[in-house]
Amino acid sequence: MILTGRTVVPGAVEGEALVTRDPISGWGGIDPAKGIIIERRHELVGVCFTGKILVFPSAKGSSGWSGFFQTTRLNGTAPIGMIIGRISAKSALGAVVTRVPAITDLDQDPCDVIATGDWVRIDNGTVEVTKK
Amino acid sequence: MFLTDEEKRMRDGAEGAAVAAAMDLLIRYGAALDAERLCEVRNVAGTMTQPSPVKARLVKEGGWDKAFAVINLDSDEDLEIPSMRVPTCQLQHGFGADADGVVPYPKQNIELQASAESFYGRHGVNILATCTPYQVGNIPVRGEHCAWMESSAVIYANSVLGARTNCEGIASTGAASLTGKVPCWGNHRDENRYGTHHVRVDTRVDGFQDWGMLGYFAGGVAGEDHPVITGDFGRPDLTDLKHFGAAAATSGGVELYHIPGITPEMPTLEAAFGQRKPPEPAVYGPRERREMYETLNEIGTSTDVDFILLGCPHASVDQMRRAAAALDGKRLSPGTELWLMAPRALADIADRSGYTAVIERAGGKVLADSCPAMSRAAPKGTKVFATDSAKQAHYLPAILGIEAWFGTLEECVDAAVTGRWNGDLR
Repeated sequence: MILTGRTVVPGAVEGEALVTRDPISGWGGIDPAKGIIIERRHELVGVCFTGKILVFPSAKGSSGWSGFFQTTRLNGTAPIGMIIGRISAKSALGAVVTRVPAITDLDQDPCDVIATGDWVRIDNGTVEVTKK
Repeated sequence: MFLTDEEKRMRDGAEGAAVAAAMDLLIRYGAALDAERLCEVRNVAGTMTQPSPVKARLVKEGGWDKAFAVINLDSDEDLEIPSMRVPTCQLQHGFGADADGVVPYPKQNIELQASAESFYGRHGVNILATCTPYQVGNIPVRGEHCAWMESSAVIYANSVLGARTNCEGIASTGAASLTGKVPCWGNHRDENRYGTHHVRVDTRVDGFQDWGMLGYFAGGVAGEDHPVITGDFGRPDLTDLKHFGAAAATSGGVELYHIPGITPEMPTLEAAFGQRKPPEPAVYGPRERREMYETLNEIGTSTDVDFILLGCPHASVDQMRRAAAALDGKRLSPGTELWLMAPRALADIADRSGYTAVIERAGGKVLADSCPAMSRAAPKGTKVFATDSAKQAHYLPAILGIEAWFGTLEECVDAAVTGRWNGDLR
């Protein structure tokens, strides 16, 4: 399956998808030392995103969002790509300073059609999905 | 993205390598947003001095120039940081030297922050050290384009003052401080400032606690969009809207709301929706008011309270006066602490007015610059805390792993004096 969208951060990457329907918080939502989600009510609480392509609907919460994801890069715990449902200043800047290929505005809801464990490739405005 | 000749010159290094790195970040960020162009800003509120392990490592490697390059400009180059190009302030950060030994907070953080203040002060950063710059002299005028961080300050600037800012981050405010530019996207543009959701108030909304609960409801309704609030309620003051906005930015991601007749930009319900017909309202009635109260209190189980936290967002002078009045002649229960967080400039006014002395006589503390969530610091052994802030009731249990009660200032003071939570919705 091929999805088309708008490039947020250019570049090509492929890997395993980690998908959530819950918006992600940076400050108070992730532990950048370990690369895990820590928000108590989040469906991925305790799950590690390091080395995964993170698929999420939007960024929420504090303006520390981008700084926390930048710290995952500096700590070596970052995701390797981002597929973002609805872009915002937080997630756009977050993807830029995490310096990983990122895409948004896809022709289908990525949180619907991609499942955790699927193999995905982000490349130049497209996402190729190989089901698990 | 379109760049003016001036912006191209900055990008190409005519103003030095640090400004070029800042423009490079703004170009990458503008492309990520699909922004058409940049806009001019002369008011930046960001964060540079807040201690962190990564920052400590970078300062050791290459001083504050290196830390600013990596964190505030997202650049790997060795840069010499020039003076801020436009007025720039530091938001809330860690505790300062006067909190040493008063709150459990690492000395090395206090020292790291002191060295940061000295560096950034020399580079023209105003160390306001508060999440409420609008309380201490940084009050953008209506329509002014700003680059602000801090979700509770962003929503206040956009909605109450009618200024224009997105919820910026550390790197975008860093780049804005050296260029006076930020992507002209989102809240900067006329067409994006209309309401999207209608919240109709159909119950009592009066006073600080009520405005916090209504904000928490509005954030749940509108998510990241723009709620328009109507109904029969008393006129809110600065303190009420400070709480309302912080709560709406916490439960949702609201950066802009309108209250026709009170906030300046949209005079009527119809005007607030522009060409669109106002949507069906989400009603905030007695049932919803009760639901918000219970949601904000659902973490609390034990009524033995050992920590009271007031002043989130940072307290106004009036809040400090009222806390002093409630504590006058009383004494905190042994084993219970009360902290009131305030901007340093306003804590000074509270000192001169005698409020601090009254609060301290009762056993409470007035603390500046920071808060338990920013500094991850609470009294040793805290298991259960009480607060009058919807935002802290939401965040602090996750950040510090403690239970929370949410109530009025008077209920919080009662808990501080008795050591027990007796709050109830009235």
